[in-house]
Amino acid sequence: MTYNAATILPLIFAGLMGFSILVYVILDGFDLGVGILFAGTDDAERDTMVAAIGPFWDANETWLVLAIGLLLVAFPAAHGVVLSTLYIPVVIMLISLILRGVAFDFRAKVDLHVKPRWNFAFYAGSITASMAQGYMLGVYILGLDQSWTGVLFGLLVGLCLTASYAAIGAAWIIHKTEGALQHKAVLLMRRSLVFVALGMIAISLVTPLASPRIFAKWFSLPEIILLAPLPLVTASLFAALWYVLDHLPAANDRHSALPFVMMAGIFALGFAGLAYSFYPYVVPDRLTIFEAASAPESLGIILVGVIVVLPVIIGYSIFAYRVFGGKASELRYD
Amino acid sequence: MDPFILSRIQFAANISFHILFPTITIALGWVLLYFKLRYIRSSDDAWMKAYHFWVKVFALSFAFGVVSGVTMSFQFGTNWPGYMETVGNIAGPLLAYEILTAFFLEAAFLGIMLFGFRRVSNRVHTLATFLVAFGTTVSAFWIIALNSWMQTPAGFEMRGGKAYATDWVAIIFNPSMPYRLVHMLLASALTASFLIAGVSALRWLLGDRTDAMWKTLRTGVYLAAILIPIQIFAGDQHGLNTLEHQPQKIAAMEANWETGSNVPLVLFALPDEATRENRFEIAVPDGASLILRHSAQGVVPGLNQFEGNHPPVLPLFFAFRVMVGTGVLMLLVSWMAAWMLWRRGTIARPLAMLMVPMALSGWVATLAGWYTTEIGRQPWLVSGVLRTVDALGPVSAGVIASSLVAYLVVYAVLLLAYIGVIIRLAVKAAKEGDKQPEPGVEDQPLGQPVRGA
Repeated sequence: MTYNAATILPLIFAGLMGFSILVYVILDGFDLGVGILFAGTDDAERDTMVAAIGPFWDANETWLVLAIGLLLVAFPAAHGVVLSTLYIPVVIMLISLILRGVAFDFRAKVDLHVKPRWNFAFYAGSITASMAQGYMLGVYILGLDQSWTGVLFGLLVGLCLTASYAAIGAAWIIHKTEGALQHKAVLLMRRSLVFVALGMIAISLVTPLASPRIFAKWFSLPEIILLAPLPLVTASLFAALWYVLDHLPAANDRHSALPFVMMAGIFALGFAGLAYSFYPYVVPDRLTIFEAASAPESLGIILVGVIVVLPVIIGYSIFAYRVFGGKASELRYD
Repeated sequence: MDPFILSRIQFAANISFHILFPTITIALGWVLLYFKLRYIRSSDDAWMKAYHFWVKVFALSFAFGVVSGVTMSFQFGTNWPGYMETVGNIAGPLLAYEILTAFFLEAAFLGIMLFGFRRVSNRVHTLATFLVAFGTTVSAFWIIALNSWMQTPAGFEMRGGKAYATDWVAIIFNPSMPYRLVHMLLASALTASFLIAGVSALRWLLGDRTDAMWKTLRTGVYLAAILIPIQIFAGDQHGLNTLEHQPQKIAAMEANWETGSNVPLVLFALPDEATRENRFEIAVPDGASLILRHSAQGVVPGLNQFEGNHPPVLPLFFAFRVMVGTGVLMLLVSWMAAWMLWRRGTIARPLAMLMVPMALSGWVATLAGWYTTEIGRQPWLVSGVLRTVDALGPVSAGVIASSLVAYLVVYAVLLLAYIGVIIRLAVKAAKEGDKQPEPGVEDQPLGQPVRGA
């Protein structure tokens, strides 16, 4: 491969897009997860849980706009192919995101007797949006396979992603709350983790079996040795997380942020595995990032903006998270 | 029905629903900054009450804007893949800058603006309010730049069926962009001021006579009264700009079938494209020539110059008249209310009752205006570069029809809920008093100046 603007820029943008998607699944993952966990909680607990995500979710969801925006602007050909193939799940996801986004605000502003309706909309919207995202990931892994195999695999990945969001949502609640709710969150996180682990194993087995190209990328020498740390570190992180959860909540609330960090690590590792499997395709087995990329001049213009702005975004996002550090209490507008 | 029409209706439904909320938040952000600055200057707690009341409306509208905006970024791919494939090199960077510079600025600082009053210093909270307002405005700048480029493309060349940028300044500041930007920002300010005035009038009708109510009522009414004549002037200038660059749009708006001098201003008619004539026409002689060319002999372009290449006449003709009619009504109501507030210090009951439904007049005028300019671009998606029909994706009509119905149902329910919640907030504030937290009654240390301090 020669290195010039036409090969390096698509690589950079693929990296940026991957980064945005990863940040999105971790950040919006935890607030979607909180919605999913509405299933096993009472109204007072729900208010605290919502307070724990209140100041963050707008910015979290913006990472999805950035990720899809980057796909749109850097790989326009792929954007068209992927999104028109995944038309139905995309519409389901969008409507779910709309419902949960506004339900979140409505539930705090409407009369008490209609509050349960918006609670349900928040819960149902969160769970459907997660399922739709996982379903799309599954179909995408199998090269946009729309047959029954693709659908079933999509549903499996959907369940796994929903469980992962529930787990990271629980991890966030562990970090942001105290007392009975914190205890409950530990329990909920352990339950979700079982499904996350099963799902990840299933995906790791099915993916190479379904795609000879991915099989070749993993199971050949020396790749298999170089890549061995990826599943091994993931497995040990799971074990360590299980152990940590056994000892939480600890005295003085020590290590309450640890499950979240570890869960984010698991997301990152799983994501790295997927990214390795797909490279260099942006539409599996059909369109590479180089074929789908915009003109280098246009990518260059965007890159200038990204280099200046992205560190600033990360900076003030960290600032915003620090401002709202500490335990969540009541959601209030002051 | 065919997938082309369905996709167009769906795009129109999504973008119409979306634009309602940025139209409020762009200007409401600045109004909130104004409330905050007045509070800092005066330490009068009524300004902070006004802030806390309207920040709730802002939060709700912003949430609607974010979630409906997510939909927008997916739509290009799901229904119109030809768009990015043809002009992605231009539209891409503009959209990317919108997301990077503005969307994040708003979304990140919104948290601090909404929930951070007690957590950050007064200065940082004011700064966050400013950055959110600034972010929404910058967002509008980029989106208007892109939309205007689609209306009046400049600064690019076509190679192998794709657009390539040659001059970014010409692309961003394309011929219609400054006019459209000013027109839209004023539209946003008017939408927000009528909303504020209308909701305050509702509180007044319910017997609310608190300082916070008076302050928001005066802010809304005076702002509207000052801006509406400016908007009428800006709209006229925008129209002249359109006449220069997109004459077929003006011809359709005026339902003028033949190019010529002494063209009348059609007040009402039923334009009929099959026979190419207006039925039931009521017109002012020479009116259109006078308005567009400032002379009765002025030659105004007619639709005969653009046969087969002009937008549909009927929707344009009526959308434009709905916008202008609403604008005139806004002028009358806001001036009457401003006069009463100024001379008598209060408003009359019938006027207040008129102001309540007028709270949504900005929405009506803005949507009608956007329909005029967007339908007026047809049959082109990007004028002279890409026809709308050529950008259509492969999704079947049945699937699009189902998604369209789903969107419409959700939007209808949410819109009712949105209006319902705003009314409820107003009723609650009027009946139970503004139950906003009094600064300084919390046990946490305050970063804010408190009343009397």
